Amino acid sequence: MSQYINIANNGTIALQAIPVLKYDDFLELNTGLVRKEVNHCAHYFGFTHNEKLKLICCIANDSNASICVSSSEISARSAQTYPSFTANHLSFHVFERVLHENFGLKFSDHPWLKPVRYPSDRADKNSVIGNYPFYQIESEELHEVGVGPIHAGIIEPGHFRFICNGEQILHLEIQLGYQHRGIEQLFLSKHKLLQRTLLAESIAGDNVAGHTTAFVNLWENLCGYTAPPDLHFSRTIAIELERLAMHTGGLSAICTDIGYQLGSAVFGRLRTPLINFFQEWCGNRLAKGLIRPGYNPFDFTKSLAVRLEELFQEYESDFDQMWKEFHTLPSALARLEKTGVISHDVALSLGAVGISARGTGLMRDIRTTHPHGLYNEFSPISIIKHHGDVYSRTKIRHDEIVQTLYYLRKIIHKIPPEITTRAPLLHPQPETFGISLTEGWRGEICHCAITDEKGELYQYRIKDPSMHNWLTVAMAVRNNEISDFPISNKSFDLSYCGHDL
Amino acid sequence: MIGNIKILIRQGKQYIPDPTKAEVPGVFRGVPEITHDKVDENALIDFCPTGAIRSNPLTLDLGRCAFCGECARAFPNKIKFSKDYRMATNDRKGLIIHEGALKAITPDPALVRKEIAGFFKGSLKLRQVSAGGDNSNELELNACGNVNFDMSRFGIEFVASPRHADGIVITGPITENMSKPLELCYDAIPDPKVIILAGTDAISGGLFDDSPAVNRTFLDRHPVDLYVPGNPIHPLTFINGILDLIKKRA
Repeated sequence: MSQYINIANNGTIALQAIPVLKYDDFLELNTGLVRKEVNHCAHYFGFTHNEKLKLICCIANDSNASICVSSSEISARSAQTYPSFTANHLSFHVFERVLHENFGLKFSDHPWLKPVRYPSDRADKNSVIGNYPFYQIESEELHEVGVGPIHAGIIEPGHFRFICNGEQILHLEIQLGYQHRGIEQLFLSKHKLLQRTLLAESIAGDNVAGHTTAFVNLWENLCGYTAPPDLHFSRTIAIELERLAMHTGGLSAICTDIGYQLGSAVFGRLRTPLINFFQEWCGNRLAKGLIRPGYNPFDFTKSLAVRLEELFQEYESDFDQMWKEFHTLPSALARLEKTGVISHDVALSLGAVGISARGTGLMRDIRTTHPHGLYNEFSPISIIKHHGDVYSRTKIRHDEIVQTLYYLRKIIHKIPPEITTRAPLLHPQPETFGISLTEGWRGEICHCAITDEKGELYQYRIKDPSMHNWLTVAMAVRNNEISDFPISNKSFDLSYCGHDL
Repeated sequence: MIGNIKILIRQGKQYIPDPTKAEVPGVFRGVPEITHDKVDENALIDFCPTGAIRSNPLTLDLGRCAFCGECARAFPNKIKFSKDYRMATNDRKGLIIHEGALKAITPDPALVRKEIAGFFKGSLKLRQVSAGGDNSNELELNACGNVNFDMSRFGIEFVASPRHADGIVITGPITENMSKPLELCYDAIPDPKVIILAGTDAISGGLFDDSPAVNRTFLDRHPVDLYVPGNPIHPLTFINGILDLIKKRA
């Protein structure tokens, strides 16, 4: 028997079909797989099943578009300690921390076994958010700076604890969990499909199209439903428009953080017509209400395509002019170049995805490596930069904006035929495992679902790209001036609620 | 320098001339109307994902509504969303829509505290706290201050420190893990101070209200001065809501 089963993105398999390995073999298999750069951990999670802790690990192979799924069953609540995946490969650290926090799973050699979200049903009730075990260095030369959980601007909460030598950051530790809403549990306790769709829209409200597409693709596949072309068409346009809008907003925020007022104002205002287009299309500036499983509440019409084409025309010339000015301004570039550097090796070992990975030459882009829907047709080319600094991540945003404009112009007029009668969405298949990956503007989103013997949702597991990437922020700012922290942080632009769930 | 000036000239004036009279483009789900059309009420109530629609009498609570618009799709003759974005009020009951003609929602002048009209008429500085918000309301609150909506022209601004603030704008259902930082931030704001709830999650908890990870007791202890519905709020809803609040006093 094979040690794992290969499935494709948006694939489903019988839960029984996932090989169950002994823990030691399970560890060896998965940590062995990620030693190759083409493989990375898409998701690793556990749940109690028949009084055992069932672990499922999904390793995505980025060269042949397959996902290796394997599992193991260990006794929950035992005093036994287990060797950790993390000791072999750091990219598993956050997933094992969740296992430890939620189920009390003990590891013998996990190097960074810190709390993650402080859920209400955590194993250790003595672990409280006000008493996080921060790493400390005893020295008369050093001082600590604590920032948050509430920050100066209108952003989500998280606590940042710096250990500094003068102005220089020696170490940063990021404590999250403040935004924890118990959303994975709510997916199970809310039984209406519309409720679950609205929950998917709220996982990260700045990445609505990415997360909702992952949810609806997963749900439709669990139900054995083949989405007609118009659904994939709308979802792809929504994901790409969201990328355009959020990257434009990201450039504005980067300008804000270096005190470049003109760039901040112009990029900021250029985002407005993009999100207003979402409102013209679906009545909501952030695309809530647009993506639904099995139907399309708001068709993308010919007149919308014409409208979008006009909008791109106006956007592009303004954007180019502003970018050229910003991009040739030595005082702006000086703040971006060689700031917040993360090397390719560190990004690889931490399992970085999305912009954070692509800025270091690490190829992680679901659109090209595990394409779904329309991405199969227009096969995008990933944009890769190599310096791993704020500049690389800024330039990726610019290049992806230019590229997305090109792709969208290619596809928006090829509107699939209108569908008048749709096949109904049936009940999900029983005892099935499904996985769905999408490339949101931040990076890889992964949703996994498992149904019970009646086809009811039994487990729903969400991974926002921020789960992988938060530790890269902490590593990137080492040896930087503390005053460069805001710009470094913004260049990653990670989600708090997507991480805290 | 010349490049900068060229950009400034090309961009020209980007602000919305009068945000109190602006029209929103395309389809927008603002204040809804419930007609007297006869429908299966139980089906309608059961249909709503957030439990915003209740019976006896039939009502729709905008403080619970996720503005998904699905009810208007399924029962198009019964529920109709208008494009009226003015729907912020200081009266929680004012967010509950009854059957009948479309009615505007505005703050009730009689309920506005004296000190609000007295102190904040020309200037209101706010501290924002996201307590489990999904970053959609936060993006829209940021947008209130961009060059298009330019809320600061009315003296309304977000500030970094609670010590400099006249009030607090809460987004999100208020998670257990944020309940204490929220309380500390509120305590740090000098009196008199206002509380504004922005978005469905903040007003009622939305889909999260029964989550064990949520703790809304803060709202049992402190009075709320303005409810701004939306999922997320539209910047025009927020700006008009605050203007109505600080300018109105019977």
